[in-house]
Amino acid sequence: MAEMDTSGGGGHKKGPGVKKSKKLSTRVDLTPMVDLGFLLITFFIFTTTMSQPSAMKLNLPKDTDKPDEQNKLKESAAFTIMPGKNDQVYYYEGLDPSKLQTATWKTIRDAILDKKRRTNPDDFMVIIKPDKDATYKNTVDALDEMKIDEVKRYALVDITPFEYGFIQKTEAANGIK
Amino acid sequence: MPRAKLPRKSTNIDMTAMCDVAFLLLSFFILATKFKPPEALSVTTPSSVYTKIALETNVMMIIMDKDGKVYFSISDKNVPEKQDVIDAINTQKGLNLTAAEKKTFVNNPSSFIGVPFSQLKSFLDRQPDELKGVVLPGIPTQDSTNNELRDWVAAAVSAFQGQHLNVEVKGDDAAKYPSFSGVIWALKKNDQLKFQLITSPIAPPLGSELEKYLKTSGSKSVE
Repeated sequence: MAEMDTSGGGGHKKGPGVKKSKKLSTRVDLTPMVDLGFLLITFFIFTTTMSQPSAMKLNLPKDTDKPDEQNKLKESAAFTIMPGKNDQVYYYEGLDPSKLQTATWKTIRDAILDKKRRTNPDDFMVIIKPDKDATYKNTVDALDEMKIDEVKRYALVDITPFEYGFIQKTEAANGIK
Repeated sequence: MPRAKLPRKSTNIDMTAMCDVAFLLLSFFILATKFKPPEALSVTTPSSVYTKIALETNVMMIIMDKDGKVYFSISDKNVPEKQDVIDAINTQKGLNLTAAEKKTFVNNPSSFIGVPFSQLKSFLDRQPDELKGVVLPGIPTQDSTNNELRDWVAAAVSAFQGQHLNVEVKGDDAAKYPSFSGVIWALKKNDQLKFQLITSPIAPPLGSELEKYLKTSGSKSVE
């Protein structure tokens, strides 16, 4: 097996009359050492945290009651997505929640991109309204989706009871508890 | 016909080189490892495509755990500001905290506040290592009439006056939106409109708009 030859190059010549002592092998079996080495490597590979946490920027508008300071939103350019219970997403175009449609996180991207293509880029705006059953992950996913789809204008807004009513109705119809 | 005699080769392998490599890798991983400090709060952050690394100084961190309970902390490198924050809260709310109780928050690394003002005194009587496994009520945020986080944020804002305060929100995947909404409300009331959400980075999905943009622009960072 694995050995290390440390016996040197045959040694020097002894003088006459010097009794040759029996040479003990200095070879060491390295196998257990290598085993241990790799064991420790595996341990450190698994415990190492290489990726540092990243930061997602979120800028909010200031709350204002003055109508001239508020952002104007064109009905034709608005797109609302509402993350809900059980990782479901609901969305509607324009400002009428009764046109609510159901999607998943996989299909919502196509819906956003489809609307984006049909809308003037200067007016297009996505409104994110997580309902009270949505998780924080859903909210971050929605914000992340804005970055992935290169949506420049979006806002995080609290849901209205009116819209929540529609979601509850849809959930009841789809059997989501 | 006589068979050609194959010379018997030794099956011994010199393992020295392999041993060298193993220990080289081992030393690399030992040095590269950064152990996570033991946290009383375990939070699984959601993932995002953003790549900007979260800052570690002048940070006011608001943490939401999986039950949506809210905690407040200040980065460890800002000891004087930590002191200012706890002093300000103490005087405002008339809590009569002793110097030792304040020290629990100021001097301990990764210390946090996780109780309403009414329980703050008894909370600070315990050292952070005594809190393991203890269920904390969290800072009340859900109700806008009793949003105590607002006062904590206000104290932090005045403690960091003249410096740039980095507001970071670290939430657990499973936290519900209403607690995040309460955090946003507390920040808005203090005019902290720019803040950062702590996420773990992932690559942008293939074929997405962002990926195309990154390819054409040649940049790699997403901020």
